[in-house]
Amino acid sequence: MGLANISATLLEISFIAYLVATAFFGGAVKGAKSEATYRNNKWGTIGISITIIGFLTHVGYFITRWIAGGHAPVSNMFEFTTAFGMMLVGAFILIFFLYRTPSLGLFALPIAILIIAYASMFPKEVTPLIPALQSHWLTIHVITAALGESILAISAVAGLIYLLKNIDMSKKSRQRFWIEFVMFVIMLVIGFVLSSSTFKLAGYEAEFDYIDKNDKPASITYNYPPLFGMNESVAKSPDTMKPWVELPAILNGKTLTTFVWSLFIGSILYVLLRLIVRKRLAEFVQPLAKRANSQLMDEIGYRSVLIGFPVFTLGALIFAMIWAHEAWSRFWGWDPKEVWALITWLFYAAFLHLRLSRGWEGKNSAWLAVIGFIIIMFNLIFVNFILAGLHSYAK
Amino acid sequence: MSKIKCQCGHENPFGTVLCEACGRPLTEEAEKSQVVDMRYEGSARRSQTYNKSIIDKIWNFFSSVKVGVSIIVAVLVTSAIGTIFPQKLYAPVTSVNATDAEYLAYYEKTYSFFGTLYYKLGFYDMYNSWWFKILIGMLGTSIIIASVDRVVPLYKSLKKQRTKRHVSFMKRQRIFGEGKAADPDESLMKAEAALKEMKYNVKMEDGAILAEKNRFSRWGPYVNHTGLIIFLFGVLLRGIPGFYVDETMWIREGELRNVTGAPGYFLKSKDFKLETYTKEDANAVFGEALDRNGPIVKNFQTDVTLYKEKEGSLPGSEDLEYVKDYSIVVNKPLKFDGYNVFQMDYRLSELKSMTMQLIEKSTDKSFGEFTIELDDPKGTYELDNGAKVELLEYYADYDGIKDGEPVSKSPIPNNPAFIFKMTTPEKPKGEKSFVAIQQTLETEENAYKVKFVSADTRDISGFTIRKDKTLYILLLGGIIFMIGVIMGSYWNHRRIWIQKGADQQLLVAAHTNKNWFSLKKELNAVKDASELPAYMDRQDKESKDERQEGAES
Amino acid sequence: MAKANKKTKRLIIRAVVLILLALAIIFSIVSKDKVKVLEVGDKAPDFELVDLEGNKHRLSDYEGQGVFLNFWGTWCPPCKKEMPYIEDYYKEFTDKGVHVLSVNVGEPKLKVESFRNQYDLTFPVLIDKTKDVKEAYNIQPLPTTFLIDKNGKIVKILKSEMSKEEIKSYMESIQP
Repeated sequence: MGLANISATLLEISFIAYLVATAFFGGAVKGAKSEATYRNNKWGTIGISITIIGFLTHVGYFITRWIAGGHAPVSNMFEFTTAFGMMLVGAFILIFFLYRTPSLGLFALPIAILIIAYASMFPKEVTPLIPALQSHWLTIHVITAALGESILAISAVAGLIYLLKNIDMSKKSRQRFWIEFVMFVIMLVIGFVLSSSTFKLAGYEAEFDYIDKNDKPASITYNYPPLFGMNESVAKSPDTMKPWVELPAILNGKTLTTFVWSLFIGSILYVLLRLIVRKRLAEFVQPLAKRANSQLMDEIGYRSVLIGFPVFTLGALIFAMIWAHEAWSRFWGWDPKEVWALITWLFYAAFLHLRLSRGWEGKNSAWLAVIGFIIIMFNLIFVNFILAGLHSYAK
Repeated sequence: MSKIKCQCGHENPFGTVLCEACGRPLTEEAEKSQVVDMRYEGSARRSQTYNKSIIDKIWNFFSSVKVGVSIIVAVLVTSAIGTIFPQKLYAPVTSVNATDAEYLAYYEKTYSFFGTLYYKLGFYDMYNSWWFKILIGMLGTSIIIASVDRVVPLYKSLKKQRTKRHVSFMKRQRIFGEGKAADPDESLMKAEAALKEMKYNVKMEDGAILAEKNRFSRWGPYVNHTGLIIFLFGVLLRGIPGFYVDETMWIREGELRNVTGAPGYFLKSKDFKLETYTKEDANAVFGEALDRNGPIVKNFQTDVTLYKEKEGSLPGSEDLEYVKDYSIVVNKPLKFDGYNVFQMDYRLSELKSMTMQLIEKSTDKSFGEFTIELDDPKGTYELDNGAKVELLEYYADYDGIKDGEPVSKSPIPNNPAFIFKMTTPEKPKGEKSFVAIQQTLETEENAYKVKFVSADTRDISGFTIRKDKTLYILLLGGIIFMIGVIMGSYWNHRRIWIQKGADQQLLVAAHTNKNWFSLKKELNAVKDASELPAYMDRQDKESKDERQEGAES
Repeated sequence: MAKANKKTKRLIIRAVVLILLALAIIFSIVSKDKVKVLEVGDKAPDFELVDLEGNKHRLSDYEGQGVFLNFWGTWCPPCKKEMPYIEDYYKEFTDKGVHVLSVNVGEPKLKVESFRNQYDLTFPVLIDKTKDVKEAYNIQPLPTTFLIDKNGKIVKILKSEMSKEEIKSYMESIQP
């Protein structure tokens, strides 16, 4: 059994560990009667212990894969997203020991699990580095940036808990709508993971030739039954479904197909869940957030931005600029990925100014934290797939 | 009008909310509030004083954080719009000096209506547009003015703060407690010791304690703003000629040429290499990836020699001295005299030389082969048996016949064509022949022909040459920014006030700019060590409720 | 009185800061990340090139006389058009103290020679093999012609084809 296989097994172990730990944190939140028992609950202690075991195997995955591939495993979508999930758990562990609040684990771990599940939908093989990536700055820049982003993500988790707890679900309001929308988006991610892994397990593949936007012939493989065809596409595999419509060259039919399938499965899931629980999903999970202390969540939200912001600046902007100067001869080139890193940075700068000088605390601050996470995810997902640029190797 | 005198006797600038010295609320609003707003210590922003001339109004505009945040959001939104379609720089428009019409055509063709709109609105070159630059400039202005307006009063009021604060100040703090103590003086003494233990700066006078920690973290924002301004200043400097060089050049294997943008320096390309990963040499784990993706490039490399013009010699004299050999690889630019030469691009297999042979058409008999070096062809090629071929004309990039003569559209050997004069002992006068790729023209039927045998090719390396004197300024700005942001984020300014009230009472108040959780932990420790009265966090209603619940159950 | 002074001082400081910042913004819009380019009035950089006969030519050899410095390539149609006109005035103006130096930008000698023979050019034709001189003069389009006066100063830079009349008047303009 090679190192690469050991690595894959370690990742599976940590995935399971996070699932189990989530259950224990759930028990800690449910079982707590008072502030004191909530903080030092034995369920919580078991939960954090299992989380740490999961985190250690996750780090084990990272190190063994590093050794196997000869470079830091952050060079493609699978590797980066998995590492991001790992750092998210790491950041959670750090914050847990500062504030000892099981509620955070109950929400942070499922998000980490979703991120890892999402990551494993991408090709998992170890890829050799193209010349542009052969630099120690790959390791330094990507790891620091991911670390910063993961700490910032904790602030969104705290914000989400704050909102779930403090939004009045019994009255119709804009906030109630949007928090439900956040729940819906989470269902979409689950929809993506479910549909993608189902078709992958079934071994579905449909190959097409098409003409790309620069009028060059290209070919593409769908892993979903194609709903949208590429520009002037011709099916190469027999017995595949005929696409409903053919898209113009600037739109990627495969991406849209994936999106629509995820939307479809995610929506079914959402409707089914609502029929089963007979409540809004946000209302359904609200009791899980009720134990959390609002003031504490607000502070965790703020504190994690404070901890994460300098790390993010260093990794995603300063190290990025130094490397860009070494590899591409310019420290800044307004490439979409760079611009979105700047946007993320500007957003958190605005967050800090609003909080420091204009007293945005509580719900405002929590919403901003959630939006910040959405921007980070946008940068990770959409910028790579929709807005092509120099960083599109991440595909 | 311009000064406000507090009851304690201290004169405060106009606009002050809390007396700089004793902390008494000075405005009606502050007096009414339960918890007083401690941002900037309730000191007056400098700009609030004047609001008369137009200059003051502009100043005040930029001084506002609300305006600052609005500018940040505006930059954020415009930046985002700029990523919807590729920017001009990344648009795959073929010609080097493409015209605006070509760009418009590209956006129109690729993105139809929205592309045209994107072009027309100037979004296709967003980050170089005048209004984007104005936005960045406004951001810089706002950073400077808002910081200057706040840091001075903040510094003054932190410097002037008295140990003993007015009760009304204490009562309006977020963390406040009062109660009877068995021995207030002893409590104070113990508290002082406990606070010192926790690395607080403790001042005790007149039955009051002021314990303070990490005041420097309050300067963090101003330090990081300074860093940002230095960075923006560095970017501005690149507009000055000589501060910034950005050129590209192509160099062929074997060619010696001047380094574009770096007068006096020469490069000779010895070899260009393009290597791909193979399953044999690469680590075994890459096999799967190579199967799925096809070949993956491992290395782009140009081996070069750098020369420098000798001191005192003139351009063109080719009086060069050797500097060094280097292999330019992606991520490892060649560095000299402030310049960086980057491996950016390549073209494979440009024609270098062509080997031909002279043949008698009727017998297919060859008089031997000759090789034409395309970058320096010779006039005459002597062959076997007294035959020779003269090269009368050479067209590197043959583009048909215009006005009765063959023309070349560039000096690059993309499509070489030749006019030969073939002389043999049988035909001492010679025969003329025009030879291009896949084409031979003869004025009259010839007995001989020049036949293509083989060609040699060479690769071309594309380099980018940069010199950027502003880099160190930018780096300095970045470092200062990081120092500032770390100062402000990883430390927090904490203060604890303890004082004696009337008959055995002790008053406790505390404030921090962030991280109340840790402040409370420290305060709890002091409280336990010195029997201070219980305090309350007035923003945390839940813990109190929970504690009561806990007590009841 | 003192207060009024303080107010005026503050107003002036603020005005100056704001104006400086506004100027910085304007500068950033106007400037265009450019390298230093030769301009009219600059001293023409000296160089040393070899002509087709193997004679060395230095720009400084012609000090005290006007120099008509033409950069060209054999493939460039406008270069072909103006060459005969330059030839027409070359003899006439040599006597009047205006020299023609024509610099081919890095083409094979054979090609340049056949071109010269085709157009019967008699003025010195230099080849800038390493494109060093082209770089020193920041030549972008071809043909580009520099008019250099007797003091070695650049009088005019022409970045397009010239008509016969223009060539004449340009040569006259640098007559010592």
